[in-house]
Amino acid sequence: MSLLRRLSNLVTRRKLDREIDAELRSHIEMRIEDNLAAGMSKEAAHRDAMLRFGNRALMKERVTSADAALMFDGIARDTRYAIRRSFRSPAFALTAIVTLAFGIGANVVAFGVLNSLILHPLNVAESNRLFSVVQKQHGNDSQSYPDYLDFRSRNNTFSDMVAYKLYDAALSIRGVPKKSWFYEVSGNYFRMLGLRPQLGRFFDLNDEHGPNSAPYVVLSDSFWHDRFAGDPRVLGTTVDINKHPFTVIGVAPKDFHGTEVFFWPDFWVPMVNEQQINGYDYLSQRRSHGLWVIGKVRDGATVSQAADNLNAISAQLAKEYPDEDEGLGARLVKPGLMGDSLGDPARAFMTGILLLALLVLVAACANLAGIFAARVADRSRELAVRLAIGSSRWHVLRQVAMEAVVISLAGGILGTLFATALLSVFSRWQPFDQFPIHVTVVPDWRVYGVALLLSLASSILPGLLPARQIWQTDAMQAMKSGGVGAVFRRATLRDILLATQIALCALLLTAALVAFRGMQRSLHAPLGFQPDGVVSAETDLHMAGYTDQSSLVVQKRMLEQASHIPGLTAVGSINELPLNTGGSGSPVYRKGTTDFRSSNTVQVAKYYSISPGYLRAAETRLLRGRDFSWHDDATTTKVALVNATFARVMFGDVLPIGRHFMTGGKSLYEIVGIVEDGKYDSLTESPQAAMFFPLAQNADSDTTVIVRSALPPAEVARALSRTLANVDPDLPFTVRSWPDELGVMYFPARVATVSLGVMGMLAAMLAVTGIFGLAAYSISKRWKELGIRVSLGAQRAQLMRSALGRPLAILMTGSAAGLLAGVLASRLLAQIVYQATPRDPLVLCGVLLTMALLGLLATWIPARRVLAVDPAQLLRDE
Amino acid sequence: MARNDLQGSLDLLVLKTLSQIGSLHGYGIVLHIQRASDELLNVEEGSLYPALHRMEQSGWIRSDWALTETNRKAKYYKLTPAGRKELEQAEKSFEKLVKGIRAIFRYA
Repeated sequence: MSLLRRLSNLVTRRKLDREIDAELRSHIEMRIEDNLAAGMSKEAAHRDAMLRFGNRALMKERVTSADAALMFDGIARDTRYAIRRSFRSPAFALTAIVTLAFGIGANVVAFGVLNSLILHPLNVAESNRLFSVVQKQHGNDSQSYPDYLDFRSRNNTFSDMVAYKLYDAALSIRGVPKKSWFYEVSGNYFRMLGLRPQLGRFFDLNDEHGPNSAPYVVLSDSFWHDRFAGDPRVLGTTVDINKHPFTVIGVAPKDFHGTEVFFWPDFWVPMVNEQQINGYDYLSQRRSHGLWVIGKVRDGATVSQAADNLNAISAQLAKEYPDEDEGLGARLVKPGLMGDSLGDPARAFMTGILLLALLVLVAACANLAGIFAARVADRSRELAVRLAIGSSRWHVLRQVAMEAVVISLAGGILGTLFATALLSVFSRWQPFDQFPIHVTVVPDWRVYGVALLLSLASSILPGLLPARQIWQTDAMQAMKSGGVGAVFRRATLRDILLATQIALCALLLTAALVAFRGMQRSLHAPLGFQPDGVVSAETDLHMAGYTDQSSLVVQKRMLEQASHIPGLTAVGSINELPLNTGGSGSPVYRKGTTDFRSSNTVQVAKYYSISPGYLRAAETRLLRGRDFSWHDDATTTKVALVNATFARVMFGDVLPIGRHFMTGGKSLYEIVGIVEDGKYDSLTESPQAAMFFPLAQNADSDTTVIVRSALPPAEVARALSRTLANVDPDLPFTVRSWPDELGVMYFPARVATVSLGVMGMLAAMLAVTGIFGLAAYSISKRWKELGIRVSLGAQRAQLMRSALGRPLAILMTGSAAGLLAGVLASRLLAQIVYQATPRDPLVLCGVLLTMALLGLLATWIPARRVLAVDPAQLLRDE
Repeated sequence: MARNDLQGSLDLLVLKTLSQIGSLHGYGIVLHIQRASDELLNVEEGSLYPALHRMEQSGWIRSDWALTETNRKAKYYKLTPAGRKELEQAEKSFEKLVKGIRAIFRYA
């Protein structure tokens, strides 16, 4: 009720003003009458009335300010005033807005990515109750199918649980095969996610009746449009997946892209048909991990209860199956990041970037605060006059603060626009053509909310610093001294702000340079093979219906045919190239082991099947012993090549050739040679053990043929595709040069370097404007002093020292601090960027040089003004 | 606490005055309080009008323009039922305050 009255007052502000005026006037007049009646003279009566009454304007202000709602009116007025003021000094306003736009934009981008990839990865109903069930041990995130079934049936804290696995296969439509990526999913997958098909139906648990019983496929929206032109008659038709017929029963909703953030499938098939597609049966193998599991926590159960529940089940399983499940444990994480295998690095990286973005914003705010404080100092005489004639401090302060808010909001809007544009470019971008990787970032209300909050928060510092000045303004003093005196004593806080900002800039610059140098070095790091000059052709013989066993003949034919291509120096094949995101590890045991529990493992080694000639084609150096030949086949002793790390860990200094070891498959191998160490999973990994088996003894349908040649890769690739197509037209090959293939590996380092570079650039811009602002401002304030000193015979150098000494000292202190912090922070960087080390003279020199350049750039114009000081001119001015 | 009570006591004085006189303009309120308190209490105009305005916004008093005895237009304030209730409350809490202060003075 009373609020309503206040709001109506707001509308009738003018009327209210008049009324108050009239009331006050009548009061004064009555007093005068009484005074006259008491016998005072006319003047005395008037004077007394006015004196008693005090400042009428102030009282009117106070009467109206009794209305809370009227404050809005005041704010609106201040806002209009602030906008007008900003228009009057467009250069200042523009600089400030753009500075903030960069700071806020960087944050919106970083938060947008964090929000959609890590905080809210899946856009399905009740996604806040979905969790990936990963292993307790980080980096070992997948589950086996039997374990999944046990987790699902024995728990009492999940309403349901699904499993899925990422695969590639050849899907043929009317006889034309094409490699596609898909998920094998448990039958309840779509039901648990609460999805409705846009066409047809989904498969469900009741479609499954044991292995290979549900030959159904559900298409993704984009695949349906790309391959079937969005034709609804596709329902009920048959497609071949790796040469096995599957019936299309439905199309998934348009905006559902699977349960991985980055990895979008073309279609989904029931997991029970896994053996048909891959020729390998993991459904009964408790040891065979590789499934991602997502559970939906039941209503009323907490996440920690659910985790405890699963851990209790894990303990039971470990007791029941000590060979396979020893050490099993469960952890619940946000889904969508390949179990949690991308989780740790992604979270660390995104948090890091967000932190940097925040630092940049803080620097921008510090910068603005400095400028605002300087502007208020310039206006101090005006403000003092206003205070003296009765304006309240609060009112003056509100006006200055409003200016900061207006500028921050403008900066925030601009920054958000800029960020949204960037994010949409980002969403369309598909970094690798060999994988269905999409990075979709759609800003939602949370992102916009954060943008607004950041904008308002960024106005705090620039608004408050002047506020302090205004609060401390002594009107008398300020008017007397004309506002100059106070400036230099108070500059210290601004100095600290500027130094912090420069330190930040130097920190980011150091980090960016360290990352860049690391990148550069990692391009030349020893990989254990030579990718340059190699073209690879990758396929999986399952796609054309071969089994592991029947693959060998075809593989031999492929190699044989490829070797006839003119201009090749070496030809070989491997099941999966190292550093190609895949590759499996196996536990290694000593000869004679009978107890294969994980506690008896000597080491876990990556294993590969290679053909004779692979080592030569890859230029992996054979340190000792011999290479394989086609005579190492099923009829002879099982042999293996191991890398130097494998040999050292298992046999120490003893030459291991002729010695034996056993693998998880419980077979015995004789070591016939040692090869150099290499990189297998990532560029930043420390040396790990690897073993190579002859293809003829260790059949594998996965095949990557590699050929080495001095000819241009594109030409070789064409010839290779043609040749291989002759071997079996049903086999889709992915042919590309090995360096291209490795692009994925360099991706994180590249992203880190680029984002650090961008942040560094932003920080550098801010530092320049900051130093420039301080230098220019301090010179303009000391103009007169400098002129007098020139006329008294001061040398130019002396003038420069006193005018620019302070900004330069700040620059040096800040740079030194930032460099130090950067060196310390580089330890963190080393986890993302291979061989990132700050102990690099080039980095140190680079940072110092850049900072010096920035300083020069920022003080150039102010310095020229100092040199141009003309005392005669000054005298005339005053 | 202290500040609220001082402000509260101005409200109390104004409300009490209006409850006794019925309808009065601002200047009249100043004079009445001065006279009734034997010139002990001096209400400052600077605080009176904001207080009047605030109380009107709170619905304790309402105002009408009317002519004074000397034929001058003035804004007359009157107590509302809500104001009457507020006055009772204020009187009670003032009694309490006085009692409390007395008690302390006795011991001091």
